[in-house]
Parts: sequence; C-alpha cells; structure tokens
Amino acid sequence: MALLEVRDLAVHFESEDGLVRAVDGISYTVERGRTLGIVGESGSGKSVSSLTVMGLTRARNARISGSVVFDGKELLTASDDDMRGIRGDDIAMIFQDPLSSLHPFYRVGDQIVEAIRAHRDVSKAQARDRAVEMLGLVGIPEPRKRAAAYPHEFSGGMRQRAMIAMALANDPKLLIADEPTTALDVTVQAQILELIERLQQEFDTAVVVITHDLGVVAEMADDIAVMYAGRIIEHAPTDTIFREPEHPYTWGLLRSIPKLDSPRDEALTPIDGRPPSLINLPSGCSFHPRCPYVRPAHRRVEPALEPVEAGGDHRVACLLAHATRRRLWHELRAGRSPEEARSLVEPEEVA
Amino acid sequence: MFAYIVRRLVWVVFLLLLITLITFVIFSVLPAGDPARLRAGRQPTPELIQSIRESLGLDKSKPEQFLQYLGNVVQGDFGFSYQNNQDVLPQILDRLPNTMILVVGAVILWLAIGIPIGILSAVKTGSLMDRVIMGLALLAISAPVYFLGLVALFLFADDIGRFPLLPGNSAFNDAEGAADKFLALLMPWAVLAASFAAVYARFLRGGLIEVLNEDYIRTARAKGVSERRVIVKHGLRSALTPIVTLLGLDIGILLGGAILTETVFNIQGMGRFAYDAIVRSDLPIIQGTVLFGAFFIVIMTLIVDIVYAFLDPRVRY
Repeated sequence: MALLEVRDLAVHFESEDGLVRAVDGISYTVERGRTLGIVGESGSGKSVSSLTVMGLTRARNARISGSVVFDGKELLTASDDDMRGIRGDDIAMIFQDPLSSLHPFYRVGDQIVEAIRAHRDVSKAQARDRAVEMLGLVGIPEPRKRAAAYPHEFSGGMRQRAMIAMALANDPKLLIADEPTTALDVTVQAQILELIERLQQEFDTAVVVITHDLGVVAEMADDIAVMYAGRIIEHAPTDTIFREPEHPYTWGLLRSIPKLDSPRDEALTPIDGRPPSLINLPSGCSFHPRCPYVRPAHRRVEPALEPVEAGGDHRVACLLAHATRRRLWHELRAGRSPEEARSLVEPEEVA
Repeated sequence: MFAYIVRRLVWVVFLLLLITLITFVIFSVLPAGDPARLRAGRQPTPELIQSIRESLGLDKSKPEQFLQYLGNVVQGDFGFSYQNNQDVLPQILDRLPNTMILVVGAVILWLAIGIPIGILSAVKTGSLMDRVIMGLALLAISAPVYFLGLVALFLFADDIGRFPLLPGNSAFNDAEGAADKFLALLMPWAVLAASFAAVYARFLRGGLIEVLNEDYIRTARAKGVSERRVIVKHGLRSALTPIVTLLGLDIGILLGGAILTETVFNIQGMGRFAYDAIVRSDLPIIQGTVLFGAFFIVIMTLIVDIVYAFLDPRVRY
C-alpha cells in the first residue's frame, strides 16, 4: 500500500469573480521512502494541493473534493483533532521563506521544542536535548548555543536548516517541502537539497518536493509530476521526464533551463504566453493557447492523463499522437525552434 | 541596553526643556491677557499694576523671565495661582491621584473588554458576531465622552437617572472611604473606557487578522499545535506588541488629565483642574498642568520603547 494516495483531488475557491479552480482533479501516489517532485509555474496548484493534504487549506470559501489516503487513513474527512495529531508528527512540512516561516519572537530551539512537545509526552529538557540533536544533525555548528538564538540571528540557509530540523524532529513518514530553496542563494540551495536527501535516507522519509525549477528535482526525485492550470499534465520517473518528455509544456520547461554543456551565448527559450486564468480555463486542452503545436481539435477536446504505453508508468495528457510527439522532441533536442520542428514534422498542416 | 536607556533619558531631558520653552512662549510671550492686570483685580491703579509686574518679574526681559521660570521649575517651584495665591505644585499633586485612579481603572476595564472582543472578532472574521461587534464598536468610538457621560448619568445615576443603579454626578467628590469612591467611579470608568475599548478591539482585530496570515502561523499549524495555542502564543504575542505602543501613549495623554470625563463627573483631577484654570486664565496653573501632561507623555513613550525592546527580540539595541 502506498504511503500517500491522492485521488481526484479538487480544490476550488468561490470568489466574486467566479469559481477559481486552483486544483482540478489530480491523482498521485507516494511510496514509503520515495521522492515525488511536483513541478509547475506559480498558480499551477502545486502548493494548494499539498497544503490541502496537510489540512491547511483554511479559507472558508474553499470547496475540496476527492480523496487523500495517508497510511490507510482518509484525511479529507478526518476531524480537526485527528489532523492536528498527524500534522508535524506523521506529515511534516517546510516552506519557501525560512525567515517568515519562523516566529520572530521565539528562540529557534524553543520553536523546535514546541513541535516535539505537541506530539511527544516528554519533559522540556528531553525535548530540548532532541532539538539540539536535530540542529546538530542538520549541520548547525554549536547547536546547543545556537538553539538559544532568535531567527533573525540566523542566515537564510541556517534558518532553512532549522526548519528542516523542526520538521524532522518527530521522525515523520512524509515530508512536504514547498519550494524549499527558492528564497536561498544558489550555493546554499545545493547544500539544503543535499541535506534533505541525506536525512531522507537516514530517516527513511518519503518526500514531496514542490518547485517551479526542474533542476531542483532532477537529482533527488524518483518521480516527477508536472502540473499546469490545476492539473497534472505529465507524470513519469525522473529519468523519463528528462530523456523522453512527452508534453509540449514539459518540453518548454526543459528548454528554459540553462545547461552547462550548451554554448554560453545560446539563448534560453521561454514558453510564450502566460498561465491561464483559473476562473476561465481555456476550452479543450488548457495549454492550447500557448502550445506551438496546437490543432483546431485541441480547442474542443479535453485530454486525459493516459499512459504513453499500455501499462507503463509514464502518463501524459496531450492530444498529439505519440509518434508525432516523439519526432517533435527529437527535432527540438537537435536545437530547432518549435516552429521549425513543427514544419519538419508536419509540413502539410503548417502550409 | 543600558547605554540606550541613558541616551533616551538625555533625550527626555532635552524634550522637557523644549516643552517648557514652548509653553513659556505660548503663555508669556504671545499677547494673551496681561498677567499683572489679571491679578490686580477690578479697576486697578497703574501703580498697583506696576508693583505686581515687578513682584512677578514681568518687568525683566523675556529670556531672563524664561531662565528664572526654568530655574524655579527645576527646583519644583511652578509659581502660584493667580486665583487663590497657593503654590501650583501642591495643588497639582493633590489632584493627580484622582486622575490616576480614574485612568488606571479605565485602562484595566478597556483592556479587559477590548482584548477578548478583538480576539474573538479576529478569529471569527466575517461572521455575524464579528459584524455586530464591530458595528457596536464603531458606535462606541463615535460617541464623544461628554455625550456618553450625560446619557449614562441620565440613565443610571441614582439622583437623576431613570434606572438609578449607580452613584451619579459629584458622587466621587462627596464619597467618604474607599468603597464609596469605588462605587462612584464605576460610571466614569465605564464611560472613559468605552471608546478606548472599541478602538483597542478594532485595532487588535485588524492586527491579529494580519498576523494570522503570516507564514509563521502556518508553520505553527503545520507543527500540529492546538488552534488555541496558535492564536494565543503565536498570533496574539505578535499582535499585542503594537497595542503596547498605543497603550503607553494613551495612558500618558490621559494622566495629563481626562478633561471631559473629569468635567462631566465632577472629579477633581488634572483635567478638571486645567479646565478651571483655562476658564479663569490662571496662567501658572495652565503652565504647570501642561508641563505635567507633557512629562507623562514623554515618560510613557520612554517606557514603551524599553518594554518594546523586551517584547521584540529584533529591536534590542
């Protein structure tokens, strides 16, 4: 049985302008000790979906449906008390901005002690020892002394380390990391990712990494789910996503990452257009207004997330034929622009 | 921290000097009534006015007068009342306790009412209860003390009220003993506290709503601590800090005299004292009460800054 099984999760917000479909029916599973990367632009629904898993979607206008089964227990219908027992104990979370995520008025050590004592019936001294141990484990020098410091006395990387120490203090089965490195310097980013990976192995924790940056999940994720406009549009093992991506949006994401082996003056290729409004989603394939390979039918037919090969673990929601996608990606990888690729693959239609 | 306090104390002394100068300019240099003429009574002879002028030092140059006034103030001599010839300072010290009792009681009352209501409203934002409470708060803020005081007297005073529940106007003056004084103060406390309670409730509600949207509140919830603890230990701790600033200034201002409340309920406090002095153009008393009022505000500001440093570790100097 999977540790976390999300089925048809939808999170809609009622607003004066209409229904905001922040998450529009997504499904994924996370196995024990494994890592899932959820990748997407701002507003693709990746954060909202994970906060909903934690039971932290508190807006009164939120309409949540579907199912989230964690360790055999349905979370969406669980009581507030049950959810509180799970949060910070079985499922822990770290956030994007480690400065604003720590309370500015309390000592770092005390904030970790609080997390421990919320779930464990231990004395303050025992909890403090555990907090110091965790701070040492995440690589903070002189952890006993630093536990008495306030968050503003820590650097950005140290704060994120402290957040990780807090999240892992209760040895959770699942860690959700929401853009854990976005607010950090590039060099610190790598350290933090390495730290999460190392601790994941030590604690045998399953991890869900949410990011807009494919580079972040390239090394650490076992599987990657690409989200667009509230849906998962491609889901595959990490290798497959990088080697044989099938969705034009994923191609766009990959081509917008700089590579060490490409010429220095080669321009990165951004994806044209903007993410769609979640209130008025485009008809048919919601990526069609930005897709260089769009055909008239794509404006009407909604693609489903389906396996690329029967029974395979690579699924994609794209209306293009598999063979066409293969050839397009081949041309793109050869350095052609989307327009060139399209005219080579299907000259009659472009003309 | 110690150096910071010393620095602030020097600043306090400078501020008080400046305030003394300003009050002196307002009351002595700007052409108001001629103090000597005011003091001389009806149809005085020019000789009498001249001799009064000399005895008050008014014949000297203005800077000389100021230095003399300053010297006297430093020694605790605020001059004497034109009205009854008594020293200003003992008269002020006589009235100060009444104002202090009025203010302290009202502060306790408005905090006890305003803070829980503010929290409740913030936690239940948008609910019917929140809207009703905030509507009432707006009403309380809009009602001036003299209006609220008169309505309260009209309704509840035991002499003129429709529902004679509480001792009314002048009861504080006539009260013998602590119990009577306490009863007599119930209405003034409530009237003075009403608008402040409303302001504090609204202020705290706004602050707490903002704080509860902070990332660190989400972290606290993600830790799995109880909602009550999230609100009190994480939310309120942050939201109450700005309340301290507000409270310090309000106390400072009120200690200088809750003029309206003291006047409506005939309490012989600083405000009433100043009001009577203004009516009678009793300049030394006006100067004295203004200086005391300024002193309280400056001191409370200093205290607020020091307390703030203890509350917010980011502001330690």
